[in-house]
Amino acid sequence: MNITIEVNNRTIQAHKGDTILEALNRNGIRVPTLCNMTNLTPSGACRLCVVEVEGRDTLVTSCSHIVENGMRVMTHSPRVVRARKTLVELLLANHPDDCLYCERNGFCELQDLAAELHIRERKVLRKSFTQKLDLSSPSIVRDPAKCILCGRCIRVCDEVQSVSTFEFVNRGCNMYVGTTMSRDLNFSSCIGCGQCVLVCPTGALHERQNFAEVMDALSNPDLIPVVQIAPSISVSVATEFGLKASKDVNKLLYNALRKIGFKYVFDTAVAADIAAVEMAAELIARKGNGNNLPMFSSCCPAWVKFVEQWYPDYIPALSAVKSPQQVMGSLIRNYFAAENEINLSKIFSVSVMPCLAKKFEAQREEMTTRGLSDVDTVLSTRELVRLIKLYGIDIQGIEPQHPDKPFNIRSSSGKLFGISGGSAEALARVVYHKLTSKELNDSKITEVKIISGVKAFSFNAAGQTFTFAVVNGLKNIHSILPVLMEGDVKLDYIEVMACPGGCVNGGGQPYVHEDKYVKLRTKAIIEIDEAEGIKCAARNPLVKAIYDDFLGETGGEKSKKFLYTRYSKREVLL
Amino acid sequence: MSKAEKIEEILERYSYLDSKSLIPILQDIQSELGSLNEEAIVLVGQRLNLPTSKIYGLATFYNQFKFEPKGKNHICLCNGTSCRLKGAKWNMVYLEENLKLKNGQTTRNGQFSLEVVTCMGACDHGPVISINEEYYREVDPEKLKHIINDLTQE
Amino acid sequence: MARCDSKAELAFIKDAVVPNLHYGVWPTEVSDKFSALRHERVRQPVIYVGVTTSSIVAGALKTKMAIEQYLDDYAVDADVICVGSHGLCSLEPIVEVQIPGKTRVAFTNVTPDRVNSILDGVLNGFIQPEYAIFQYHSEIHEPWHGIPFKNELPFFKRQNRLLLKNAGILCPDSIAEYIAYGGYSALAKAIREYTFDDICRIVEESGLRGRGGGAFHTGAKWRKALQVATSDRYLICNADESDPGGFMDRLLIESDPHKVVEGIILSSYAVSASKALIYIRDRYKVSIQRIQNAIEQAYEVGLLGYDILGSGYSLDVEVHKGPGAYVCGEETALIKSLEGKRGMPTIKPPYPAEFGLNGKPTVINNVETLANIPEIISNGPQWFAAFGTEGSKGTKIFSINGHASQTCWVELTFGEPLATLLDLAGGVKDGRTFKALHLGGPSGVSVTADELDAPIDFDELPRRGISLGSGGVQVLDNTVCMVDLVKYFMHFIRNESCGKCIPCREGSNRMYQILDNISKRPVSNEGHNTLERFKGVIQLETLAEVMRDTSLCGLGQTAPKPILKALKSFRDEFEEHIFDRKCRASVCRDLRTFYIDIERCKGCTACAKKCPTQAIYGTPRSSYFIVEERCIGCGICQDTCKFGAVFFK
Ligand SMILES: Cc1cc2nc3c(=O)[nH]c(=O)nc-3n(C[C@H](O)[C@H](O)[C@H](O)COP(=O)(O)O)c2cc1C
Ligand code: SF4
Ligand code: SF4
Ligand code: SF4
Ligand code: SF4
Ligand code: FES
Ligand code: FES
Repeated sequence: MNITIEVNNRTIQAHKGDTILEALNRNGIRVPTLCNMTNLTPSGACRLCVVEVEGRDTLVTSCSHIVENGMRVMTHSPRVVRARKTLVELLLANHPDDCLYCERNGFCELQDLAAELHIRERKVLRKSFTQKLDLSSPSIVRDPAKCILCGRCIRVCDEVQSVSTFEFVNRGCNMYVGTTMSRDLNFSSCIGCGQCVLVCPTGALHERQNFAEVMDALSNPDLIPVVQIAPSISVSVATEFGLKASKDVNKLLYNALRKIGFKYVFDTAVAADIAAVEMAAELIARKGNGNNLPMFSSCCPAWVKFVEQWYPDYIPALSAVKSPQQVMGSLIRNYFAAENEINLSKIFSVSVMPCLAKKFEAQREEMTTRGLSDVDTVLSTRELVRLIKLYGIDIQGIEPQHPDKPFNIRSSSGKLFGISGGSAEALARVVYHKLTSKELNDSKITEVKIISGVKAFSFNAAGQTFTFAVVNGLKNIHSILPVLMEGDVKLDYIEVMACPGGCVNGGGQPYVHEDKYVKLRTKAIIEIDEAEGIKCAARNPLVKAIYDDFLGETGGEKSKKFLYTRYSKREVLL
Repeated sequence: MSKAEKIEEILERYSYLDSKSLIPILQDIQSELGSLNEEAIVLVGQRLNLPTSKIYGLATFYNQFKFEPKGKNHICLCNGTSCRLKGAKWNMVYLEENLKLKNGQTTRNGQFSLEVVTCMGACDHGPVISINEEYYREVDPEKLKHIINDLTQE
Repeated sequence: MARCDSKAELAFIKDAVVPNLHYGVWPTEVSDKFSALRHERVRQPVIYVGVTTSSIVAGALKTKMAIEQYLDDYAVDADVICVGSHGLCSLEPIVEVQIPGKTRVAFTNVTPDRVNSILDGVLNGFIQPEYAIFQYHSEIHEPWHGIPFKNELPFFKRQNRLLLKNAGILCPDSIAEYIAYGGYSALAKAIREYTFDDICRIVEESGLRGRGGGAFHTGAKWRKALQVATSDRYLICNADESDPGGFMDRLLIESDPHKVVEGIILSSYAVSASKALIYIRDRYKVSIQRIQNAIEQAYEVGLLGYDILGSGYSLDVEVHKGPGAYVCGEETALIKSLEGKRGMPTIKPPYPAEFGLNGKPTVINNVETLANIPEIISNGPQWFAAFGTEGSKGTKIFSINGHASQTCWVELTFGEPLATLLDLAGGVKDGRTFKALHLGGPSGVSVTADELDAPIDFDELPRRGISLGSGGVQVLDNTVCMVDLVKYFMHFIRNESCGKCIPCREGSNRMYQILDNISKRPVSNEGHNTLERFKGVIQLETLAEVMRDTSLCGLGQTAPKPILKALKSFRDEFEEHIFDRKCRASVCRDLRTFYIDIERCKGCTACAKKCPTQAIYGTPRSSYFIVEERCIGCGICQDTCKFGAVFFK
């Protein structure tokens, strides 16, 4: 606190090097922003954050200007408010009046701005919107008519995800956001991570809805709707129901899903446990023969698609074990159905995921059993919330319940799959346990430094050293790959999560605009892990039972058949 | 030589392949092939290690780059302030109405393409157009009609 | 246009001249050579053809071919030399002839068919005075009879050609000629006598301000870049010349490229830049060729490259071809473009002088600004500061076109009234009525007759609501519709805006729509349409202010200027469009009202059949009439009528 500035005739304190916006926010003054993004350099495109600074000829964008001692700022003078209002009116002049039917109705930043600036008169109405809806991707729908060209999707895809699917095309009044050669998304390099959807302020980008299919299935008496719910969801939805952010509502969700009409409700974390056990076997085997090391995680389908597109050479290095969603899907069809003597085609298997790439993964042809997809349909967290609201369920007023057998007990490491570093941790625990029959705890783990931006740790088990690295957010893959290619660093396992922070920040999660919420979700998962007893997947009695009962041994014939998959090179416009 | 080979040859000429040489490379490719296309973008992207979306976005930003091949007769129409004052607009209207030709487009039969440019410094005798580097001055729709007719008959 | 200098000549310049440039006194061997390069005495006829972008459109290359053909046909020994432009664009192609013993004389409008008769005459000592326009002054040669001297012509007399003193005279492709006319001596002097800091100081003292439109103090900008501690700095010469109606920089480069190169070297030295880049639009082929050749020659004689003139200072100059976008004239967008990105401006601060190309301090200057530097160094800051006004020193180059009697390219001292521009252009073409003078292209304003006394001055003009812009000037006569003109500029802006920020992208689009609405005939009079027009016009002023206040870069900030000024100076014209649905200049085609001349109409029914709205009634073989309410002003009837009976008001 070494600078004072004057805002709206009141003195406030600011840090040196703060932008005006940061100083204002810290002092409880809000100015609207559209193009500003946490952790990225300001682009200054939207101009909504303008404020009046004494001595300046024009208005100044607060997101990009650094505070100076003694600066006098007006944040809501008539001149500023009129400017902001005009800017939003200009956007609306070019916007379909479609709120009532819009995906983002109620969550739209443009709508909020219009309300906040009290826009009550339509200055102009553009008559036709010729841009066409892009429905080609299984994960993401693009509605260019609603795009306000803020550029956030472009930046997140480029600067955070290093995928660069989108870029501005053309210039001036003809500019739009498009892919290479303006092709549809399914021809593009998009990996479906959905980060762009999270940052898009309007309905221009949203998930592909699978809501209707689920509703149909629920009301179809011939089908048995079964649902699995991913580990990160229970800590992500609380705010949507007016509860304290990050409150774990797992057990309430089971009840809610049953109330909606699902016959069976399972926890994907159990599948994560099984996947961890399988991957441990796979890793130990690879370590034994030295092939395809380091092993890359494959539980993030966006990452898998990334490898298939850019680094097909690394495909053999991907773990061949299916992702927890697909493991669960396969077990539901092949094990649960037989157990309960249900005709497998009668099962309608739904999964609720924090991720849009999972919608793509569920459709992959590799992931089928006798011509049926292992998972029929994937709902995003946001769709789940909508479903609960649609069925009029008051989450605060229902009883906690437990998931159904045979997938009702999980270890706490299954839950860890929801955060970055979680699958590496879970795997380490199993590997250690497998080789030493003991529990891995923090004292046996040493952090190692390989390169900045990538966490790594190692531990010793049965005379072998295992080194695991955690790539958090796709951008960081570009710092680790060169190191790998040079071969200086010996790594055994690399966990890659496409979304920064892992699934708690997945593309299907509720819209939040501060990364504080993502941190809270992460903390909640870590707390669950700390509080619980069964920390290692291998010690989950249920996992043992399923192997005894059905799968046989890890890496065995049945495991191979039901839990393993393969990937292949993918040709898209990179 | 195939297109890809030509592009490779152009890329050979550059000692540094980074985004700074992107514009000159695209300029060379366009002057060699007449226009850019998907193949060129993909190849350049691979060699410069740039996402194709960035290259496509860049190319569509600038007036120079075209994705439609140039017509047999490439019309440069000056719409600089001076020529505009003298009626360049009506020439554009003429081309649009009669050849369905707008800035940056090529007619379906590949005969004509149009590029609207700014001042050529010959404003005195505007409106000025050039067709394949041949200059015409004081062009009005009537004169344009004759010019076009002559060219079509050739 | 092969380069003029032979290998031997370049070697001579490199070995005998360049090392001694700073002395300025020459052994006879060199001064004889210089005299020959200046063509003081010629042994055989020399024919100079002005070849520049503008004269090429006028046919200069064909003329040159015709001349060569003539010389061939008649086996005449003569040198043919390409020169730049005198600025008399309307009179191009201009050919000058110098025969032994006589002064150099200039002929205008030398089309190929005139070549024979002109050369037949002049080579035999005979001139048709109607073709010749001026002759050069010379102490040692016999003048032609009845031809005015160049400096007597009002066109030249009223100018102050400091930067253009070589333009049209020397061969732009010859470094030898440039040096013979005193070129590169400023560079030699600076490197010998001044430190970086000295030059900055001199330029600061001279009061030079940027000619690119922003009018920044050049010295101060350099100083800022010098103050950043780093080993890498860049200098960029902004030759993108993006004003759609201007050609100042291009003709300067094409007429005297070495002056620009010298300016670039000097300025780079002043900011101790390790590299200089010239950003010039790819379409300006002739300019690119000339400047590239000049750079190569400078390298060849040791004025560029490693250890220039033994100073220990090294510099590389690169030419970058801009792929064409108006906004790339803006500094930060230009840098983006050089970095191989979309030319979208970035936020300032940081300013390029601190954080520019590759994150290094970068000085960006306009071509003309840089061309001033050699003169300032040669003659000292006081000499320069003596020209002009309190805040605006030196001269400014303008290109004048539009409805000017003659399209021209001139250099005027600051402080002269705007009216001089009109005078130099010979007034309005074809004796039509003067309406306004438009300065500064799409971000400039139209000046009315009673404002023409305003002095050309960076500070005084803005006080009167006028902006000088970068030197493009259009004379407007009364056939110009102001609504249409500002609509044209807004159309330009909405296409050329980079699209990044909302006020500029959406604002310009909206403004264009509003203007388009008022220059269009509404489909119906009632309801929505009229309301739209009405609302729109009220909105114009708010929009303009918000655009100025909130746009990211200069393009958006200045884009509403033409509209605001036109609304003030030509309000009646706007009102006519809005309320009376009339365009007095008949430019807004949709607002024309058509009538049928009873006398001429033969009642052939042709027009009535073609009319898309069935607005034409009558009985065959007697006169027809047009129902005004139905007419949409498409003009088809006029095109159809074989008897010229349809007219409009
Ligand atoms: C939209 C826009 C277009 C511009 N175009 C040019 C141009 O074509 N040539 C130029 O020299 N400066 C142009 N400028 C001004 C430059 O940004 C910059 O101010 C100038 O090159 C600085 O040089 P100076 O100080 O020598 O004038 C333009 C500015 C804007 C905002
Ligand atoms: S994007 Fe927002 S403003 Fe636009 S239609 Fe949807 S809800 Fe309404
Ligand atoms: S889903 Fe991910 S990869 Fe696809 S465009 Fe959005 S951010 Fe980029
Ligand atoms: S799609 Fe959304 S995030 Fe992307 S530019 Fe448009 S409004 Fe912004
Ligand atoms: S003012 Fe216009 S040109 Fe400048 S950054 Fe904004 S949109 Fe781009
Ligand atoms: S948030 Fe500051 S310009 Fe967009
Ligand atoms: S405006 Fe067309 S040549 Fe100058």
